[in-house]
Amino acid sequence: MGKEKTIQLLELLEKDATLSVEALAERLDVKPQEVLTAIDDLKDDGVILATQAVINWDKENEDKTNALIEVKVSPQKGIGFDKIAHEISKFPEVSAVYLMSGGYDFAVMLERKSVKEISRFVFEKLATLPSISSTSTHFILRKYKDHQVVMDDTPEDKRINRGL
Amino acid sequence: MKGSRFSKRLEAIPPSKLKVDFALTKKEGVISLSIGEPDFETPFEIEQAGIASIQNGYTFYSDGAGLPQLRKSISKYLDRHYGLSYNPSDEILVTVGASEAIDIALRTLLNEGDEVLLPVPSYISYAPLIELAGGKVVEVPLHEDKAFRLQPQDLENAITPLTKLLILNYPHNPTGAIMEPQDLVAIAQIAVKHDLLVITDEIYADLTYGKKPCSIASFPGMKERTLYISGFSKAFAMTGWRLGYVCGPTDILQRLKKIHNFTLLAAPTISQFAAVDAMEHEEEETLKMRDAYNARRLFLIETFKSMGLSCFTPEGAFYVFPNIAGRGLSSDAFVSQLFSEEKLLVIPGTAFGEKGEGFIRISYAYSLDILKEAMKRLAHFLKAHPKVS
Repeated sequence: MGKEKTIQLLELLEKDATLSVEALAERLDVKPQEVLTAIDDLKDDGVILATQAVINWDKENEDKTNALIEVKVSPQKGIGFDKIAHEISKFPEVSAVYLMSGGYDFAVMLERKSVKEISRFVFEKLATLPSISSTSTHFILRKYKDHQVVMDDTPEDKRINRGL
Repeated sequence: MKGSRFSKRLEAIPPSKLKVDFALTKKEGVISLSIGEPDFETPFEIEQAGIASIQNGYTFYSDGAGLPQLRKSISKYLDRHYGLSYNPSDEILVTVGASEAIDIALRTLLNEGDEVLLPVPSYISYAPLIELAGGKVVEVPLHEDKAFRLQPQDLENAITPLTKLLILNYPHNPTGAIMEPQDLVAIAQIAVKHDLLVITDEIYADLTYGKKPCSIASFPGMKERTLYISGFSKAFAMTGWRLGYVCGPTDILQRLKKIHNFTLLAAPTISQFAAVDAMEHEEEETLKMRDAYNARRLFLIETFKSMGLSCFTPEGAFYVFPNIAGRGLSSDAFVSQLFSEEKLLVIPGTAFGEKGEGFIRISYAYSLDILKEAMKRLAHFLKAHPKVS
């Protein structure tokens, strides 16, 4: 499969990983076998890493929240950004770690934690790492769109039945 | 005043056979699977294009035939998807919905007493519009065991010296049937042999599942005798924008434009700007919606199987047409009892002509959540009304 189709395939899967091989083949105008092979290759190459569901946890009314922690670090000799990032990634509480440009170095995401859990993580685990110079924690109040999915309630049916 | 206050032709048309009180569908606890209209709102970017045209002051009449850039877009779209070649300058007319196109096509082509072949069951508007235009409806039966595809023999049987026109509507409302190239080639040969004109209403063509849609207009000898009608309502979820189009040979198009210019002047300019964006940039949106419809279609077919409800497998549009015969209930009785016992509203097959007796039409322009709850109710109802063997 060519580069362009491969990108298209990835975009389709990123939006909906439940699309059948046949449906994907039809959308890409290739044979189902080609889709199968391409997906296998992409998995082997570590391009497709995992398949997850997009969940609107707000609907479950849990007493939990998400946090984005801005982290500034002062890399020490022999310990670069990568090493620090890997260390932060190891904490099971952490759901995502990004290296950022701009006012801080890492964005660290925590998901579905109580405020207490988040503050304990920041004070007891993150802030105590030797390379970390400061943290700033933001609570995410509400998700409106995530992973390209709008987290709306079912919109009202505005249709008028014309009997067609 | 001499004679009747109203048009005799209009008065002769029976009122819609659809005896459903649609106000009921808004009542608490009622689930309706009756609407033949996408449940999706118009894709955002298309809406924005419409809004932008207003803000930029494009609020005037457009060309009578439609915005030149939209006719170009339509021409390219039909070539890209269906291999049809229509010249934007004189073979395409933009109309107020496919509905207008059907109406003016019939008025352009029919003389008093001309016979029009109408495969039945059929969409509710064709027969009244044929009669209003002075034509005579000649029904051609479609059969469930032939996948509701028009059969050459049935067509031949219905042809008389007065036959002028054949109406095709595939993908088909109300059954969801499609016609494949091998089916269409035989129909095209008959049309050529008997010198019939054809109106093909392919408004659901982009909602074909697993197979490439194919138009009768693409067969040899057909373009010069075919009016190809489609629109933006179904594929782009633009029902309220009221925009369709008709393509065909120049001599017919000139006459269609004559009526169009007297009655509508031009299709809504704002809708036309939105439609250009739809065809040029938003195909991905139609594919997303099609995938959603397809998932629902597969869910319904599987569920019918598990509840022992026989249903031909539809491959287009967003309708299923299950067979409810043999349970001691007519279509009308089935629908009214289903409503009173389970608060589930569907459409009786007879709304689409007598040939629809023994069937119900279920629309899957509804979310999977709604369909799942509806199928629970249908399963419960079928248990209470088993097949009489």
